[in-house]
Amino acid sequence: MNCQRCNIRKATVHLTKIVNNEKTEAYLCEECARETGQLPFSGGNPFAFQNLLQGILSPELDSFEQYQQKLECDKCGLSYRDFTQKGLFGCANCYDTFSEQIEPIFKRVHGNTLHNGKVPGRRGGTLRIKREIEELREEMQRAVFCEDFEKAAEIRDKIKELEEKEKKQKQG
Amino acid sequence: MGEENKAYSSLSHWISGDGPDSEIVMSSRIRLARNLKDFVYPNIADTESRKKVSEAVKDALTSEDLCLHYIQMSDLPELERELLVEKHLVSPIHAENGTGKDVFIDDKESISIMVNEEDHIRLQVLKPGMQLNKAWEIASEIDDRLEQKLDFAFSERWGYLTACPTNVGTGLRASVMVHLPALNFTNNAAKLLSAVSRLGLAIRGLYGEGSESIGNIYQISNQVTLGHTEMDIIENLNSVTSEIINQEKKAREGLMNDIKVKDRIRRSYGVLRYAYQISSEEAMNLISHVRLGIDMGIINDVDPRVLGELMILIRPAHIQKIHGRELDIVERDIKRAELIQNRLSI
Ligand SMILES: [Zn+2]
Ligand SMILES: [Zn+2]
Repeated sequence: MNCQRCNIRKATVHLTKIVNNEKTEAYLCEECARETGQLPFSGGNPFAFQNLLQGILSPELDSFEQYQQKLECDKCGLSYRDFTQKGLFGCANCYDTFSEQIEPIFKRVHGNTLHNGKVPGRRGGTLRIKREIEELREEMQRAVFCEDFEKAAEIRDKIKELEEKEKKQKQG
Repeated sequence: MGEENKAYSSLSHWISGDGPDSEIVMSSRIRLARNLKDFVYPNIADTESRKKVSEAVKDALTSEDLCLHYIQMSDLPELERELLVEKHLVSPIHAENGTGKDVFIDDKESISIMVNEEDHIRLQVLKPGMQLNKAWEIASEIDDRLEQKLDFAFSERWGYLTACPTNVGTGLRASVMVHLPALNFTNNAAKLLSAVSRLGLAIRGLYGEGSESIGNIYQISNQVTLGHTEMDIIENLNSVTSEIINQEKKAREGLMNDIKVKDRIRRSYGVLRYAYQISSEEAMNLISHVRLGIDMGIINDVDPRVLGELMILIRPAHIQKIHGRELDIVERDIKRAELIQNRLSI
C-alpha cells in the first residue's frame, strides 16, 4: 500500500486517531508522518506521541496477549483492550490492574519506570516524614532520659537522614 | 477603534512582550496534570461524576482565595469559548461541548485551571519571556494548596497518575514559545530543531500538532515526564532554549548586511500596511519579518509588541469579537488587514 499523502513511498506508519469517539485511520510513509508532525524528527524518541502510542499498544494478538486484553479494572470497568485503543486510563486503579503491561510502555515512552519528582505533602510525602521525625524526637528524649546514649545517637542519625530527605522533597 | 482598543487592553499578561530574552522567547508555560483519587477520569466519567469533581475542585479553589474567576464552559457562547482557545487559556478539546467542564482564570490571564479536560485538573501558568522557573514556582504553589484539600491520584512508584501514559510521573509539561526568523532565513531552523528533538524535547509549530511553523514561531516542550525531577526537566529546557537563543542571535548578526533579507523585511512591512485582505497564515509570516526588522533596527516606527499581540488578535474569534458580529472567511480576511493596519500605525 502506498502512502495516502504522497502516494509515492510505501506506507509504513499506521496511525489511529480518536477524536470525539470517531476513529480515523491513516497510512503514511515515514517521511510524510514526520512532516505532518505524527512522528518526531529523526533520532527522537519515536514513542512519545499519543497517536503513535496506539500503534505500540495494540500489537498482533497471540494467546498471552488475548489474556491481557481481557484484563479489566474492577473500579472503572476499563479493559486492557479499551486502554490500548484509547490510549487513556479510566481511573487511578487501572495503573495497578495493568501494572505488568504498562511497565514496558513507560520504559519505551519515558526511558524510566520510577517517579523521581514531586510528592504530595499530605500523602506519603513531607508531612509523613515530619511526623516520623516528631516521633523519633520523642523516642530520643526517652532514650536520653534512660541514659541509653548509644540508642539516642542512633536515633539522632535517623532524624538527620529524614531531615535531609524532607529538604530534598521540598525542593521538588 | 473603541472596540479594538478594548481588545488590546484585554490581552493576557503573558503576551505583553516583557520578560527576560523577550526578543526571542515570546512566552513560557508550565502545565501540571492532576487527578482525584476517588473518581474515574473524564474520558469515561458520566455527568454525575464529572459534576462531583467539578464541585470538589471548585470548593478547594474558592477556599484558597486565589482570586480566580470561575467559568463554566457550558455557560459560554461558542465565540467566547473560541476566544479562550485563541488566548491559550483553554485547549480546543475543552471548548467542545460537554458537562462539568470548567475553567478558573486569574485577572492577568496568567493562570488557568481546566477541570474535566483529559485529566480532572490541568493547571497552567503562562509568563512572558523566558520565565519557566517563575512559572513553575507559581504552579507548584497552587498545586500544594490544592493538595491540602484534594486527594490526588498518586503512587510512590509512578508519581501522579494521569489519564494518558505520556504525562505520568510529574504530570509536567514545560514549554517555551520561541520566534526564530533568522534561523529560518539561513535554513538552519530544521537542522537545529532536529538536534533539539534528540534531547528528549518535542517541537511544534504555533497552532498545534504539526511541526510546520507559522510565523517562524515554535513551541518546544519536554516529552519525558517520568523518572526526572521537575527541576531537571525545567533546567534541561532552560539550557536548550538558551542555546537556541544564542544560535538565533548569531544568525541575526549574520543577516545584518544581507540586502535580500532587508528587502524581504521592508516588502513584508509594505504588504501588511497596504493589503486589502490577508489570511492569518500570510499575516503571521509577514508580521514575523516585521518583528525581525524591528529587532535588527531596520524598521524603527513600529512597537515590537505587535508580533505577540497580533498573533492573538488576528485569529478568527478575536476578529469577530472586535467586530461585534459573525464574519465569513472573506470578510475576516478584509477585517484582518484593517486591524493590522490600525495596529501598525499606533
Ligand atoms: Zn508519503
Ligand atoms: Zn480503572
